[in-house]
Amino acid sequence: MDVAKGQGARGRPAALVVGGGIAGIQAALDIADAGFPVYLVEREPSIGGRMAQLDKTFPTLDCSSCILTPKMVDVGRHPNIELLTYAEVVSVARVDGDGEGFRVRVRKKPRYVDVSKCTGCGLCAAACRMKGRIVSDFDEGIANRSAIYVPFPQAVPLKYTVDPDACLFLTRGRCGKTFLCKEACPADAIDFEQQEELVDLEVGVVIVTTGFDLIDPCIKPEFGYGVYPEVMTGIEFERLSSASGPTMGEIVVNGKKPEDVVFIKCVGSRDPHTGVPYCSRFCCMYTAKHAHLVRDKLPDARITVFYMDVRAFGKGYEEFYDRVKHERVLYRRGEPSEVYRDSKRDGRLVVLAEDTMLGQPIEVEADLVVLATAAVPRSDTPDVAGLLGLACSPDGFFQEADAKLRPVDTGIDGVFVAGCCQGPKDIPDTVAQAKAAASSALRVLVQGERDAR
Amino acid sequence: MALKTEPLVEQLELLGCIQCGKCTGGCPVARKTTLNMRGLIYEMLVEPKFNEGKHPELWDCTCCFTCVERCPKDVRPAELIIGLRGELVEGGRLPETIGAALMGVFRQGNPTGMAREDRAAWVDGDRSGRLAVKAAQDGCDVLFYVGCSPAYDVRAQKVTRALARALQAAGVDFGTLGIDESCCGNEVRRMGEIGLFEMLVEENSELFRDVGASRMVTVSPHCFNTFKNEYGLDGIEVLHYTQLVADLIEQGRLKLSHKVEKTVTYHDPCFLGKQNHIFDEPREILKAIPGLKLVEMDRSRERSLCCEGGGGRMWAEGTNLEERLAFQRVQEAAETGAEVLAVACPFCLLTLEDAVKVQGLDEQLQVLDVMELVDLALDDGGEGE
Repeated sequence: MDVAKGQGARGRPAALVVGGGIAGIQAALDIADAGFPVYLVEREPSIGGRMAQLDKTFPTLDCSSCILTPKMVDVGRHPNIELLTYAEVVSVARVDGDGEGFRVRVRKKPRYVDVSKCTGCGLCAAACRMKGRIVSDFDEGIANRSAIYVPFPQAVPLKYTVDPDACLFLTRGRCGKTFLCKEACPADAIDFEQQEELVDLEVGVVIVTTGFDLIDPCIKPEFGYGVYPEVMTGIEFERLSSASGPTMGEIVVNGKKPEDVVFIKCVGSRDPHTGVPYCSRFCCMYTAKHAHLVRDKLPDARITVFYMDVRAFGKGYEEFYDRVKHERVLYRRGEPSEVYRDSKRDGRLVVLAEDTMLGQPIEVEADLVVLATAAVPRSDTPDVAGLLGLACSPDGFFQEADAKLRPVDTGIDGVFVAGCCQGPKDIPDTVAQAKAAASSALRVLVQGERDAR
Repeated sequence: MALKTEPLVEQLELLGCIQCGKCTGGCPVARKTTLNMRGLIYEMLVEPKFNEGKHPELWDCTCCFTCVERCPKDVRPAELIIGLRGELVEGGRLPETIGAALMGVFRQGNPTGMAREDRAAWVDGDRSGRLAVKAAQDGCDVLFYVGCSPAYDVRAQKVTRALARALQAAGVDFGTLGIDESCCGNEVRRMGEIGLFEMLVEENSELFRDVGASRMVTVSPHCFNTFKNEYGLDGIEVLHYTQLVADLIEQGRLKLSHKVEKTVTYHDPCFLGKQNHIFDEPREILKAIPGLKLVEMDRSRERSLCCEGGGGRMWAEGTNLEERLAFQRVQEAAETGAEVLAVACPFCLLTLEDAVKVQGLDEQLQVLDVMELVDLALDDGGEGE
């Protein structure tokens, strides 16, 4: 394994960054730019994380992938960054028992594609027998892909991967008489003989940036998610609204442009019943952004945002909220209680709520209902915590050493956390924390190098 | 008269309320009367005294507990209704019909005030001539707790007999308390008569323990609810009949071989579904009946619409007699094209059957308890009442 390709970084202590979302990307770039080698491990076939899925970003309305993609490309090309995608950390141990650094074993899952040959042309996916039949996780289930795929066109690395759970050959042992993907590939890159690979690394610091999950909205059965196609989550709406998404950004539900759009905030958040007693922090602002996007694309739509409180605390946030309200977005105070389909109203959905300002129960018809679902810890957070010896706070996210004064340190020297794996936060806060973690990690790396001399 | 608000605010931890309105938004009664749970809680929080004279709608609540299920902050809004009713009952300020029901329970052990000696008369209606019900006091595996409506109401008795026949067919060793049985008190507590409820808990618990059965089964989800959640019957497994019967079918002990070629929709009773999350067992039973086609209403399971029979409403009309949720519910059932609206609760049976008649749907829609459909499917064709 080639460590530290860059001239300046050769022989210097390395950093491991676990998770290739915006937090991991930023931390890796900062450390690599400072001249230290970085291994960036990402479980998915591409880095990018949640931010790559988003349409616009609040409050400035920059296109998310337009500001993210250059950073992803920088990571891919950086001489000091070794990118290990489609890979997972399987073990971590202190060097020499109680030494300063860590020995880390990483399992690289087989892509069944030789990345040194693959040019990312996509002819394999076009030829795949399963084309259009496999649910795209990246598109949150609102679009399909092939069994051989890149999650999205701007993927880094832009190398195809065979989905072992979907490929006919890998699941059933045969795929017609011939492999259509292999025949289609002009680079002869597809290799079904590929095996998983274990990679051993020695690093001085670890930064954990493993991100977050979103709560399953079925935990609130009263909203009819999974029953009604018109009810979707905020992240699904991002893919629907994204210009690079399956509908090219056209907001269409059941083949029609919605006339009435209802947003429901705090779905699962602030609710001890669901195990999420905390506020998920970014939903108020992305819901305002969603309302703006609907207004932008559907000038005549009636847009209602149901809220309990509006938390617009960041720089430029209250101003953005003001702007959205002026765009004929009706904010009504009350957490809706139920969604049902009313045959007497042409089979449209009806959202039941109390407008607490009026003190009256109300019924609002809707063609699209968007649920702002709670941000929750990754389901495998306890496993990752176990690997590294990290503690979790009562909310289930990784515990920082001190909430105020040591926000990116952990209980383990040399291990740092950043981004949503430490608790829900928006992109500006995530990037700030990633930079803080990189700075703290660099301090350890520099110190270690000095001690070694 | 005005009540001091502070004691209830503390006792029920109302300070945790964030006034989100999810309780009122989902309250089926709030759509037809002035009942506003969030508003009531707010009044309790900000006013030193609560003027109940301004709130005749306190007696409208059906205790369906939709508000309790959906409250994100564990405030349990419907418990405020019960608490306020408790204060009113204590002060003798309660609707006459509620008072009569409570007196009936106190004197005769049932809210209709029928004679205690007639509590076991439901057995006599058996036309198969084969129904044998033994005394639980003589020892049995399963204590069959009948309940007031299932014991006395002529319509509900059919369900009781159907259950007894099915248990007999499955070879279950069961017994009843006969005329020693008293009201469970579920509705008594919800009407605010906490003292009477506590007395019933004490007396009934002693009676149940003396029988020594390890399991008990109820016809009504209301009895089931209080036994399971409010009695603290350690060592006795409390079952609603849908749980027991679904289990008997799955074990092959209850054979359903007669075809019942009907399209059926199922209405989830609030005390069984929302409050105790028993959604699947009744459906499993219906699906096990040969020839039966189960169709679902849009509002099912957690979103089932309350029939307005709970919370003492069987004995109090409430402030809006004209619009009944049961009317709306039977229309929803009829829209599915079902011939049968199946229920698993005697109150739902009575309110919905009445609504079917009032809505002129009796030609197309029949209300039957799940147990009556099982009875039709039994090997011997049951009683076919």
